[in-house]
Amino acid sequence: MSGFLSSSIARKVAMALSALFLIFFLIIHLAVNLTSLFSEEAFNQASHFMGTNPLIQFALQPILIFGVVFHFVMGFVLELKNRASRNVNYVKYNGAASASWMSRNMAISGGVILAFIVIHFLDFWIPELNTKYVVGDMSGYIEGTTNYRYYEELQHKFASPVKVGIYVVAFVLLALHLMHGFQSAFQSIGFNNKYTSCVKSLGKWYSILIPLGFIIIALFHHFNH
Amino acid sequence: MNLTLKIWRQKGPQDKGQMVEYKVTDISEHMSFLEMMDVLNEQLVAKDEVPIAFDHDCREGICGMCSLHINGEPHGPDRGITTCQLHMRTFKDGDTIYIEPWRAKAFPVIKDLIVDRMAFERIQQAGGYISVNTSGNTQDANAIPISKHNADLSMDAAACIGCGACVASCKNSSAMLFVSAKVSQFALLPQGKVEAADRVRNMVKQMDEEGFGNCTNTGACEVECPKGISLENIARMNREYLKASII
Repeated sequence: MSGFLSSSIARKVAMALSALFLIFFLIIHLAVNLTSLFSEEAFNQASHFMGTNPLIQFALQPILIFGVVFHFVMGFVLELKNRASRNVNYVKYNGAASASWMSRNMAISGGVILAFIVIHFLDFWIPELNTKYVVGDMSGYIEGTTNYRYYEELQHKFASPVKVGIYVVAFVLLALHLMHGFQSAFQSIGFNNKYTSCVKSLGKWYSILIPLGFIIIALFHHFNH
Repeated sequence: MNLTLKIWRQKGPQDKGQMVEYKVTDISEHMSFLEMMDVLNEQLVAKDEVPIAFDHDCREGICGMCSLHINGEPHGPDRGITTCQLHMRTFKDGDTIYIEPWRAKAFPVIKDLIVDRMAFERIQQAGGYISVNTSGNTQDANAIPISKHNADLSMDAAACIGCGACVASCKNSSAMLFVSAKVSQFALLPQGKVEAADRVRNMVKQMDEEGFGNCTNTGACEVECPKGISLENIARMNREYLKASII
């Protein structure tokens, strides 16, 4: 099996499968976050369920973390290998003539997304782990009350214009990453047939609408704080 | 046409190499790019300078020998052609043209603009064939039913001339378009299915050992391929490889 995973094709298939998993995750994440635009209570309920359900916390969350780490580590390994495969560079190389900026710069957009995830984890995930598993407060309430804390925390995080700016830039890069990555993942697993034009259209819509949804949420809470 | 040429000169595999500037005058717009290079070489020989080494053979777009990375693209700015089919009318009087060899670790420079493409041959030898009995009683190929659709796809894949433009254009120096064309042309036909699993495993293994990069689906290879080999072949190779490795 280790021999299989060291082959170029197996690695790109592994990249594609982890990408498809993360693409699916983004839909769930956005769906939960979108509730915050319409109902404080719905967002609190959804957040509390996602944050305390044992199946999600102890089965799906570790799988998600593994998926994220695997995608970045494998992407980094492949980028290094690919760079090494051209030991002398062209004096003149017109990459834009035959391939899109997005497809040629997945490492740059991926690197920005990685930096964003670090900020995002420091913002939400680490404090959440601290409250629940270090402090031991599983109630989900604001201290001294019986009101859920999630919506309050969300609005507080988007108060800073700098923070919102960073989020918006990261989501634009996420859109560029997905514009190539969505259809590329299908090609890598060998899915190139009469449905490919549908996959490409779906990929374009997905890569615009999902990041746009996150941008709208960040701006909404910034201006409604 | 009067042109300024910036050309890669390298005395041998161990030489560091550098870009050298040349001026050529009175170039006809009807000349092919290689004929323009011939004119330059005649001028160099007349001046007792060493002519520029570059690959060429049939000069009619079939053999795959002529390479040349011209102004940042394999076979120059036109589409669906080899360098011998590129004409000087594509350029303007006074243009500066950069001419470099294919760049890939797996294609080391032998001299000037000539690179060693034996890596492709070794990949072919690893499985790019079918084992048939040629003792004189070979079965008539037309006796085996083949769908028109698959026959056409196989023929399209077989149009690959192994020039290496896919590797040269790819930002990762990936050879997957070439290898997938060779895998596909057999995988689509009944005669090729017998050894399909071993073929794809061995050819991919050899491709990896040669030091080519990995495909990231930029699609540059398909755009630059003189024979229009489709990315569908890479998807088919991925399927064939997974089938051969897992099932």
